[in-house]
Amino acid sequence: MAPRTIVEKIWDLHEIADLGGGQSLLHVDRILLHERMGPALLAGLAQAGRGPANPALVYGVVDHAVETLPGRLERSRGAGANAFVASMRERTAAAGIRLFDLDDPRQGIVHVVSPEQGIALPGCTLVCPDSHTGTVGGIGALAWGIGSTEGEHAVATQTLVRARPRRMRVDFDGRLAPGVGAKDMALALIGRFGAAGGDACAIEFAGEAVRALAVEGRLTLCNMAVEFGAWTGIVAPDDATIDWIAGRPFAPEGAMLDRAAAHWLGLASDDDARWDARRALDCSALAPQVTWGTSPQHAIAIDGAVPDPARATGAAREALERALAYMDLSPGAPILGTRVDAAFIGSCTNSRLPDLRAAAAILRGRKVAPGVKAIAVPGSAQVKRDAEAEGLDRVFREAGFEWRESGCSLCFFAGIDSFGGARRVITSTNRNFEGRQGPGVRSHLASPATVAASAVAGCIADPRALAAG
Amino acid sequence: MEKLVRVEGVAAPLYRPNIDTDLIVPSREITSPGREGYAEKLFAPWRYLGPDRRENPDFVLNRAPFRAAPILIAGENFGCGSSREMAVWALRQFGIRAIVAPSFGEIFRANCLRNGILPAALPAATVAGLAERAQSGSLVLAVDLERREVREAGGPAHPFAVGEREREMMLEGLDDIALTLRRKGDIEAFQARDREARPWIWAGAPD
Repeated sequence: MAPRTIVEKIWDLHEIADLGGGQSLLHVDRILLHERMGPALLAGLAQAGRGPANPALVYGVVDHAVETLPGRLERSRGAGANAFVASMRERTAAAGIRLFDLDDPRQGIVHVVSPEQGIALPGCTLVCPDSHTGTVGGIGALAWGIGSTEGEHAVATQTLVRARPRRMRVDFDGRLAPGVGAKDMALALIGRFGAAGGDACAIEFAGEAVRALAVEGRLTLCNMAVEFGAWTGIVAPDDATIDWIAGRPFAPEGAMLDRAAAHWLGLASDDDARWDARRALDCSALAPQVTWGTSPQHAIAIDGAVPDPARATGAAREALERALAYMDLSPGAPILGTRVDAAFIGSCTNSRLPDLRAAAAILRGRKVAPGVKAIAVPGSAQVKRDAEAEGLDRVFREAGFEWRESGCSLCFFAGIDSFGGARRVITSTNRNFEGRQGPGVRSHLASPATVAASAVAGCIADPRALAAG
Repeated sequence: MEKLVRVEGVAAPLYRPNIDTDLIVPSREITSPGREGYAEKLFAPWRYLGPDRRENPDFVLNRAPFRAAPILIAGENFGCGSSREMAVWALRQFGIRAIVAPSFGEIFRANCLRNGILPAALPAATVAGLAERAQSGSLVLAVDLERREVREAGGPAHPFAVGEREREMMLEGLDDIALTLRRKGDIEAFQARDREARPWIWAGAPD
């Protein structure tokens, strides 16, 4: 057989029919729904007189439109219930789809929950009406975001029609320095090659620095693939992946796990597999990254300077000028020391236990600077419990962070959670778009460690300085 | 799928790179689980001024003749970001039927095809020229799915690529779920084989 990439192997295993013109009818092993798109999707199906082909392969969560302040459970019931959550409850119940509701110990951000519960597995195909679905590529799943109308097709048929994606491999060579992590790798990649640099490809992230990442870091890296303009991202499963999956509630166990693991390890790209494009990034000299502007491609090293639009021309120059104006920054200014009003740790990008540990390591024995609103939102109820068992909640609280219930929260401003009057935010999320975190709010993307260091300093700060001190 | 063969009319230039779906419809505008009522929410951050939502007279879609334009000319990576289909519902409900850009966010592009909007990708230099000529409000385009080309009224035609299946689905207004369900036998045969090959995918859930 011709050499194949991991994506081609998974594709071939799921191809029900070749529809011609490069299109395949693909089996979808797992469908995840959330309350912002799920109700419209299930309503559309019901209106057409259709229902789920296999409700046992569909899982519902509530994460997008839920508040995260304590006491939310009581407020979510009865007449005051939020329309999205209420509709999700009705629609999933009517369709026979299980729902991890607000009071469920498995509730959380959909892309945190699905690998954590062993719902997403290596080599499986998984879709969800959310653009960050590719996150679970971190365990070797082929997962991608879809719209709700395409989601109707997935739920009604357990399949999707798709063209085979182009193949890109990105090698992260070398070893990361202490204080630098997966988020910095992702931002550096997007900063270097642009927000459309992924060219709608299926990207395999490989190389020494990827192999050295914990599974949670690989999830972070794949989470940001969509910000790179990729169709999705994936990391080949290895022994670390299998150890991470073993024992999770929906994962196979015993002899079945051994059999699955042998299959999963065989999915790795063949040495002589062919790629449509290759990119490489040296990680050995990588500094923590932070964005200055309104696209993830506006990423720079934390000791770098805001770019000068005068050095660009045409539309590129206009885009830089517009971003600088929105962000209220001066060309050529160092980004270090830029004052922030708020700090946010959470989202499907950086809300897992190692993210909270990295932030807590900076916060222990320190205080958030006066006037900075600091919020930590664990990615799932399970992450929250695990963090509390280690005493991380006390570290966050004693430093002056709010410690909240899990959900998407302030990754975007939906009029539920709010930063109050804060204008400039250092955030562990994935998008710094204009108005994403609130009208007029200026977002600087960074790692959880950089967010914690900046919260303490009251301005954008290098976590390596605090870790050393 | 909503049928679409050809769209002809004034083209409105919104020529900026990386216009994301949060700008097309911000999260805070998504206040109910239904699909209706999104025309007013389209480009809300740019279209309105102040809390009383006065129209911003400088925004292109608030000006004649662009207010009724069925075609948008946009920059690279249009519709990147969130998968929210509300962005496409808003464009469609506002009256946009075709978008010409150098490239599109991948999920957004797929959402357009399923909601009666034709996304036509043309070379960056071609789009830049069209955007420039559209400024005056006199550029009339015909975006033709049948011929796979964007034709300038009284001017040249620019070919674009579209998947054959997607083209046929849209030209005919076909129901893609019904088409796939015709292959139910193939799907069930695949699943029966897969239960043997990968039983862990099919193992019952613990609850």
